[in-house]
Amino acid sequence: MFAEILPLLTKALGETIYMVVVSMAIASAIGVPLGVLLHTTAKGQILENVVINQSVGSIVNAVRSIPFIILMVAIIPFTRLLVGSAIGTTAAIVPLVIASIPFIGRQVETSLKEVPSGLVEAALAMGATPAQIITKVLLPEAMPGIVSQLTTVIIALVGESAMAGAIGGGGLGDLAIRYGYQRFRPEVMLATVVVLIVLVQLVQFVGNTLAKKLDKR
Amino acid sequence: MIKLLGIEKIYDSPSGKVHALKGIDLEIARGEIYGIIGLSGAGKSTLVRCINMLERPTAGKVFVDGQDMTQLSESQLRAARKNIGMIFQHFNLLSSATVYDNIAFPLKLSGTSSDEIKKKVTPLLELVGLSDKANQYPAQLSGGQKQRVGIARALASDPKILLCDEATSALDPQTTKSILDLIKVINQNLSLTVVVITHEMQVIKELCDKVAVISDGVIAERGSVLDVFTNPQHRITKEFISVLLSNDLPAAFRGNEISQDRTPDSYLLLRLIFLGDRADDPVLAKMIRSCKGVECTMLFGNLDEIHGVPFGRFIIGLSGEDDAINSALNFLGGEDVRVEVIGYVRRNSAAVD
Repeated sequence: MFAEILPLLTKALGETIYMVVVSMAIASAIGVPLGVLLHTTAKGQILENVVINQSVGSIVNAVRSIPFIILMVAIIPFTRLLVGSAIGTTAAIVPLVIASIPFIGRQVETSLKEVPSGLVEAALAMGATPAQIITKVLLPEAMPGIVSQLTTVIIALVGESAMAGAIGGGGLGDLAIRYGYQRFRPEVMLATVVVLIVLVQLVQFVGNTLAKKLDKR
Repeated sequence: MIKLLGIEKIYDSPSGKVHALKGIDLEIARGEIYGIIGLSGAGKSTLVRCINMLERPTAGKVFVDGQDMTQLSESQLRAARKNIGMIFQHFNLLSSATVYDNIAFPLKLSGTSSDEIKKKVTPLLELVGLSDKANQYPAQLSGGQKQRVGIARALASDPKILLCDEATSALDPQTTKSILDLIKVINQNLSLTVVVITHEMQVIKELCDKVAVISDGVIAERGSVLDVFTNPQHRITKEFISVLLSNDLPAAFRGNEISQDRTPDSYLLLRLIFLGDRADDPVLAKMIRSCKGVECTMLFGNLDEIHGVPFGRFIIGLSGEDDAINSALNFLGGEDVRVEVIGYVRRNSAAVD
């Protein structure tokens, strides 16, 4: 029986990892700069701009307030436009990315806020440009925090990708629903849950180790 | 080197406008160590930040090396700031970078090659005595060592000016001493102009040539450290100095009524201040010899030194006939010693032998 489940599991795990990794990569590429923008345009920061800060902040809040399952369905036309289909692993990446960008933005913003303002002041006193302050002071100093925060985002993505799977996205969620629930096979359900637990533990462990290694405080 | 003209700074705060600086004029000469002392909230940190435009004054002009800082564009200002090093109370070192990389930081900002950086950082590490800590992170250092890194970092871009914002306020007295000594060495060897912000009179006394006392957004008093120390005018200055030099009466007289008229069994207490070579003169011995009938009791004495100038403070008690006391006062008035008459005070009965 196990031999029968194993290929299903490996395929589903592969799909989940694919969805999470690709979504995370795209969402970080946009979300990290977004977090920098949110932090640096805030009042008293190096690129203070109330208009940009508040309008971007409102959009971020708006997207974050939509539950993932609703977001996923609501943007189906957009997903179809982008990848040509609303079903499948690749199609699932679109809502995953959209949901993760504001999440990452806020998490990165929180980490950047924890960098003591004295460091920015010292860099300004040395004649640093805003770009240098971001790349040489804010991001390196906030890196341990950012790594921890991104670990949380990855774990949230594992959960959301399972939800995406439920409406035809593939992956571990899809396996659990179709085989475990609809075909009454509790052993498949159990195996999926175990794999998810191990996956999340592993992500958390790697994240913690990396954050600790980066933290010189 | 630094000239501040009519500096005003007004902040908006939730409780209304705060007038932090109210028309400050200040001139600091090349190579000088200039102290600015004030209580917290007096505006001294704002003032020093106006020199490198970390705070833009609401009104007034800031000239550094002849350049009007308030008129510079952002990029000109960044260039000008490289000539002004700054150290901070909480050091403000990058926790994610080693000692070496922290010192190299201003050089990396200007795009210096790593060979050049090495040539620059190695002697700086030696200067501040941290050659063996080059690869450690700030978290592994003591407060004094962190400030040494701060100083080396401030010097890396060969500035002409060093601003010290409460640089020793987070350090213990011994470490403070060693940091002040280091700043002195740098001032002399690199002919650096140093501006020192502090709330500790000890720092002013040990380190500075000149001092400005700032209170409530204005300069209450200024001058050479020796003058201000030996002859403070403003109440706030006297308070700062009294931390170091007690103005209390000797224990045997403390708490008793001070009268300007002679009362029975009282001593006329005088505070004498000797300066320079006078501190070595046998003035009191001469007084006793030439004024017959006056008794002189030494109640308090302290000899100190400010920038190598001896500085003595004494409290003596005179007793005897009125004539004798008056002749003693006349004698002292003719000598090169500052006399402050405290008044007639009775000795505590408990202290009478």
